[in-house]
Amino acid sequence: MSAILNDETKKVLVTPLVNDNPITLQVLGICSALAVTSQMSTSLIMALALTLVTACSSAAISAIRNHIPSSIRIIVQMTIIASLVIVVDQILKAFAYDVSKQLSVFVGLIITNCIVMGRAEGYAMKNPPLESFMDGIGNGLGYSLILVIVAFFREILGSGKLLGIEVFKLVKDGGWYDPNGLMLLPPSAFFIIGLIIWGMRQWKPSQAEKVEFKIMSIAHGEGGHH
Amino acid sequence: MENYISLFVKAVFIENLALSFFLGMCTFIAVSKKISTAMGLGIAVMVVQAITVPANNIVYHALLKEDALSWIGITGVDLSFLALLSCIGMIAALVQILEMILDKFFPALYHALGVFLPLITVNCAILGGSLFMIERDYNFGESVTYGVGSGLGWALAITVMAGVREKLKYSDIPAGLQGLGITFITAGLMSLGFMAFSGIQL
Repeated sequence: MSAILNDETKKVLVTPLVNDNPITLQVLGICSALAVTSQMSTSLIMALALTLVTACSSAAISAIRNHIPSSIRIIVQMTIIASLVIVVDQILKAFAYDVSKQLSVFVGLIITNCIVMGRAEGYAMKNPPLESFMDGIGNGLGYSLILVIVAFFREILGSGKLLGIEVFKLVKDGGWYDPNGLMLLPPSAFFIIGLIIWGMRQWKPSQAEKVEFKIMSIAHGEGGHH
Repeated sequence: MENYISLFVKAVFIENLALSFFLGMCTFIAVSKKISTAMGLGIAVMVVQAITVPANNIVYHALLKEDALSWIGITGVDLSFLALLSCIGMIAALVQILEMILDKFFPALYHALGVFLPLITVNCAILGGSLFMIERDYNFGESVTYGVGSGLGWALAITVMAGVREKLKYSDIPAGLQGLGITFITAGLMSLGFMAFSGIQL
């Protein structure tokens, strides 16, 4: 195992999870995916699909990186990514038709997910296939982490369930939990992401952004001699 | 006619691409610091959306749909799995053309948009619009309405967001929430506002 996972590989696999998370730090790839986070099951499938596409496309692009003319590299990358997404989409339609109906257009939107393109352009074009594959998995997992956290809160607070299994008994079934309808609506995903980012940056203050405009605090009595 | 008006209102407000489907979020967050840039990008997205959705509609109905090739005598062929590839290719090509036109005739706007114009290609809102058009099986007229409406909705959302953020930087926010965090929470509140339109049925 250690022969495959040398330090460099381990680093590219682990740093995207917390220290360099693509969503909370790089603001990449939040598009498209939040819409599927109202349930755990759909977001797990989505996370899996995205991780696979990122890893495979990074590996494929990295394998042919020395043969791609730089002027048409974007279109080459895009074609590879789009083909992989079509494969994933067809597999989902064949083996998990219900889920693919729920995910609707969002599987297709993996193509334009900035993480996939970002890793292809930023890492895979300069590094060998195995490292690129690991980097893809790492970034995919960093993204999955956020997605699953959001889905966890939305499903358990919104409908009292996890993966479709009842956790909190609802009031309408004679239980005690009154579901929060807001959690099933889009705004809640924004709130949860905002709070996750806040938590992350309290934990690791180095990730906080610079203040653009410093508010002058005027303490009582300061300069108070008329 | 009523059908079109209803679709338009739905595309702009109720099913706002940015605020209820989270499409184009990366650019939505990154470019909404100044109203002028945000508005420029919003207009660019609207124009691209208004062109690409109908264009993809034509391609889909003439070439890809099941039995669509019957006009050249080929039947029983279903190429709809290629829709993803054809949509993204179409968008990339149209954005490239738009970029050339802007560079030639509107250099000021071209420089203002700078790096973000090529990014429109990978803007989920654009691809999302086309994919929604295919999934909901819009005809040509509806796809024009939907393209313009959803683009306008996105432009509206990013412009409003930039307006809020311009004021927001003078507010006293906890250090960790500064920037990205508060932006998301603001987007959530705006999304809540847009949800209010969902009761309107035309």
